[in-house]
Amino acid sequence: MALLEIHDLVYETNAHHAARILDGLSLSVEGGEVHALIGTNGTGKSTLASVIMGCEGYGATSGDVAFDGKSLAGLKVHERARLGITMAWQEPVRFEGITVNQYLLLRRDSGDPAQYLELVGMSAQRYEGRMVDRSLSGGERKRIELASLLALQPKLAILDEPDSGIDMLSTQDIINVIAAFKAGGSAVLLITHREEIAAIADRASQLCGGRIVCTGNPAKVAEHYKARHCDICTGRECHYV
Amino acid sequence: MSELEELTACFGSAGGDVKALADAGFAHLAASGHRILSSRTVEGLEVRARETWNGISAQVTVKKGVKLQHPVHMCFGVLHKKGTQKIAMRVKLEEGASAHFIAHCIFPKAEKVRHIMDATVSIGEGAEMRYSETHYHGPHGGVTVVPKLSVQVGRNGRYFTDFTLTTGRVGKLDIDYTVEAGENAVAELTARVFGHATDDIHIRDKVLLAGKNSRSIIKTRVAIEDDATAEVTGITEGNAEGARGHVDCMEIVKDRAVARAVPIVQVNDPGAKVTHEAAIGSVDKRQMETLMAHGLSPEEAVDVIVKGILK
Repeated sequence: MALLEIHDLVYETNAHHAARILDGLSLSVEGGEVHALIGTNGTGKSTLASVIMGCEGYGATSGDVAFDGKSLAGLKVHERARLGITMAWQEPVRFEGITVNQYLLLRRDSGDPAQYLELVGMSAQRYEGRMVDRSLSGGERKRIELASLLALQPKLAILDEPDSGIDMLSTQDIINVIAAFKAGGSAVLLITHREEIAAIADRASQLCGGRIVCTGNPAKVAEHYKARHCDICTGRECHYV
Repeated sequence: MSELEELTACFGSAGGDVKALADAGFAHLAASGHRILSSRTVEGLEVRARETWNGISAQVTVKKGVKLQHPVHMCFGVLHKKGTQKIAMRVKLEEGASAHFIAHCIFPKAEKVRHIMDATVSIGEGAEMRYSETHYHGPHGGVTVVPKLSVQVGRNGRYFTDFTLTTGRVGKLDIDYTVEAGENAVAELTARVFGHATDDIHIRDKVLLAGKNSRSIIKTRVAIEDDATAEVTGITEGNAEGARGHVDCMEIVKDRAVARAVPIVQVNDPGAKVTHEAAIGSVDKRQMETLMAHGLSPEEAVDVIVKGILK
């Protein structure tokens, strides 16, 4: 049984201006697997992440999302987090009055935040006392978010474009972070537009028109994506490449 | 137990540094109601405090070029259920002086207490003053706090003030601060207040950027819950070339509480620039979901966010 099983998921926005964003999407992520999700802008990748996490306004219209064999229907964000799912948003929010150290130890009485900062390429000495507020750059804030997720040691981490806002030279740092999740036993659902990041996944899926159109080896899925086969795929069953 | 011992004990239990009051190296002034209980000065600091027919009057002067090594502690309070405390204070920092004043205002049992402060501050050329005022209130909400402050910051002078009332019930709060900043002067005004039940909060901070290249920021953080109300008015006038001011107000509202923010920015010189931002409403949804994705319950998440902005 897969860790995350999504079956025939439909998500529509509110009734007044209903738009179907996810249209019968099915996807599975195995325990400990890094699974990349690729697709053009507006295909529903971030929406899917929010539906899995149970964010407000992102309840499934139909279909089912199961985690560790249990349906997540009706569970709130923190209840899903306590089952082992967590998420890093594409643009992490800032918090006044909370230090990096405190942020890395949320819901934990003790621990060593330094090791998690080092895993995301940050100096503990320089950052532990800093506030998680606007004094941090976008890239710094993003790294701290990733460190905080590593500290949680989740069963599944959903990373929505962890590479956006990170400088080109630091791509390897992101790859190292994803490897650290995997080494710690976490599965990763990795949303990315960068081929070199997707390449480190065990498997990849291409999302198009609110459905998964193909799944398989990351290089082959990327090739399929770049060949713009999407129009052909839409309306067909998901196939493996 | 003497009144001073009681005031000191309350101060200590509220988190204050009791040793600082006993240490000969630290200047202090302690008063309960209209009685001066204790005072000490240090070299370069002149304190003339006396009891008047309707309150306490104090003149504080930091002499030219003197940089006080330790903060000056001012411990004010009304320890009984009912009472009034009126304080009239004149503070002067002479040219090049530097001092940090910490006022602890303690009202642990207040059911019907009025605390009124009327202060004027004069900061000389190149002088720097920090003023931190922290209130420790009991649970009854029977305190009326009316601090009125008028500050003149001279050329190259710096003034920083920080008002905190996050422990116990606020009661009724009516802050009225006005700061006039001279050439190259800097003023920073910060207030943090947490209101509950029927607390009524009014904060009015005004900065006049009168001198060339003067700078200021007014920062207000208020959280209110239950049936509390808050109105925050942040006023900045840019009246000289190169003046830069910013007004930053954040109010978090829960339950039936009502908040209002009134930023007033005015520029009277084309070379000045004043900006403002205000955020009022319930706790930010994305902040909540981010903390909940870390496993915090909605209640724990709100607590972390509110404590953070009031820190």
